[in-house]
Amino acid sequence: MTHVTTQALDKPAAGKRSSVRAGGRRARSPLHGGPLAHAVLIAATLLAVLPFYWTLVAASRSNAELSAATPALTPGPNLFHHMGEALRQAEIGKALLNSLLVSGTVTAGVVLSSTLAGFAFAKLRFRGRGALLALTVGTMMIPPQLGVIPLFMVIARLDLQNKLPSVILPSLVSAFGVFFMRQYLVQALPDELVEAGRTDGASLLRIFRSIVLPVARPGMAVLGMLTFMATWNDFFWPIVALSSQNPTVQVALKSLGQGYVPDQSVVMAGTLIGTLPVLLVFALLGRQIVGGIMQGAVKG
Amino acid sequence: MALSSTARLPAAEPAKRPARPGRRLAPYGFLAPFFVLFAAFGLFPLLYTAWVSLHRVELQTSDRMDWLGLQNYTRLLDDPFFWNALRNTFTIGVLSTVPQLLMALGLAHLLNHRLRGRAFYRVAMLMPYATSVAAATLVFAQLFGRDYGLINWVLSSTGLHPVDWQAGTWASQLGVSTIVTWRWTGYNALIYLAGMQSIPGELYESAAVDGASRWQQFRHVTVPGLRPTIVFTVIVSTIGATQLFGEPLLYEGNSGGGISHQYQTLGLYLYEQGWTFFHLGRAAAVAWVMFLLIVLLALLNAAIAARRNRTDR
Repeated sequence: MTHVTTQALDKPAAGKRSSVRAGGRRARSPLHGGPLAHAVLIAATLLAVLPFYWTLVAASRSNAELSAATPALTPGPNLFHHMGEALRQAEIGKALLNSLLVSGTVTAGVVLSSTLAGFAFAKLRFRGRGALLALTVGTMMIPPQLGVIPLFMVIARLDLQNKLPSVILPSLVSAFGVFFMRQYLVQALPDELVEAGRTDGASLLRIFRSIVLPVARPGMAVLGMLTFMATWNDFFWPIVALSSQNPTVQVALKSLGQGYVPDQSVVMAGTLIGTLPVLLVFALLGRQIVGGIMQGAVKG
Repeated sequence: MALSSTARLPAAEPAKRPARPGRRLAPYGFLAPFFVLFAAFGLFPLLYTAWVSLHRVELQTSDRMDWLGLQNYTRLLDDPFFWNALRNTFTIGVLSTVPQLLMALGLAHLLNHRLRGRAFYRVAMLMPYATSVAAATLVFAQLFGRDYGLINWVLSSTGLHPVDWQAGTWASQLGVSTIVTWRWTGYNALIYLAGMQSIPGELYESAAVDGASRWQQFRHVTVPGLRPTIVFTVIVSTIGATQLFGEPLLYEGNSGGGISHQYQTLGLYLYEQGWTFFHLGRAAAVAWVMFLLIVLLALLNAAIAARRNRTDR
């Protein structure tokens, strides 16, 4: 958990970077946008945001109001009542806690293991480096969903079914993360800095702690945000490994959607609770996340 | 990038030649946390899937494996629902990927203009991406409801016929595709925008000097400059479309993919085999078929991209 909060503190640094980049580009941007561009973009924004608005409306109205000949189109007074019902009926409270625990641990694990391995791939020379990197990059595109059956057999044998380690362990490292940190450090970390540390007789671990980590921090923050979101939203493996008695948010939402709770307003209230944390992160760090995705696109 | 750093290093190397043996092994220490877990939970399951697919393995007794040879595969090829799922995966893939990428390209082009409120547009368009598959699908399933859904209400109040978004094959596939399109269009727009911003502004200036219209600039400067990015997004979205799962599962909440399997995808079919019918071995065969499909699609993409490059020159 502490890891996640320290990353949150670091994010302004990443933000500054990306806004500087965006600023540099703004000057070069070749075209002026007219009213037509705005009209299209506003329409697209409305389409993107409308389902969120509708969730709020549906979560705060009764079923009768939603199925009336002219359905309610504005939020009503029952939001908190329905949220309370969702928390009571579908273990959403436990799900939130579980998701926080899982996503926090996974984020810490991915960021740390990716920075270690990314540094080795970016700046150290050793036998088999090319082959190992090719293996990592080559398997990056293969959906992990295709390995779920043996994974399930392993988890069943270890008797971890329906326990949180079953969803933490398989996600604790990420090939994409290693590649991302390697690309970041190749550019951000000057060879001379590492060499200077070496000629001073510092151990590699020492070099990593006092030279690599400070330089890597903005990249780690971006990777951390992306990993946290992806883990929070992960669906296939959690519904296979966990059950509605000990769910993550997505597992709880699946139970909601499969009719364990018949009341549509309660389903929508549950959906809203499960989405709120991510939307909150997004409201606070949206620009940095946008910057991170665009940075990743240029490098990847 | 890797080349330039290796080329620079030998100059510094001789000074610290008599290295401690720990130095030589240390890099592997840095890689170990990643590779140990990656091998156990990433590579091994992927490869072992092929082995499992040659056995009868049942969900409740998953530590028991009985050799079957290729029987899981022949059963698969004889199952009309497998072919149905393959077909649906393809049509839903096209219905979601093509409009999504085209709209993303257009939006990225607009976002690349000098605009007030650019940051706001970008963040707003990325919000669907931050929403989980489960949450998005539950909301859209409501919107697409046959009797009380908002979309049918809008259709009927504008004088059009309401549509049965669940039972109809095309209508339900369109519904599922809409969820995918909604979640990913903004993300892809940002990827394209990043690509557009790395196209040098001088190219546009000289095209403008040559009298190229806005459209010609887009066609002859933007699109060619964006080609690697486009190839990247096509590969990523086809892989995503091949394993589509959560949307069709929660669209009506059953693993059959609709009353007559009208929108059951391969991912859903895999889940149904394994966790509704308890045949893990057969599910593994489906997974392996999906893996081969993805390899095939990636090769096809690469071949098309290479060919386009050649004909351009």
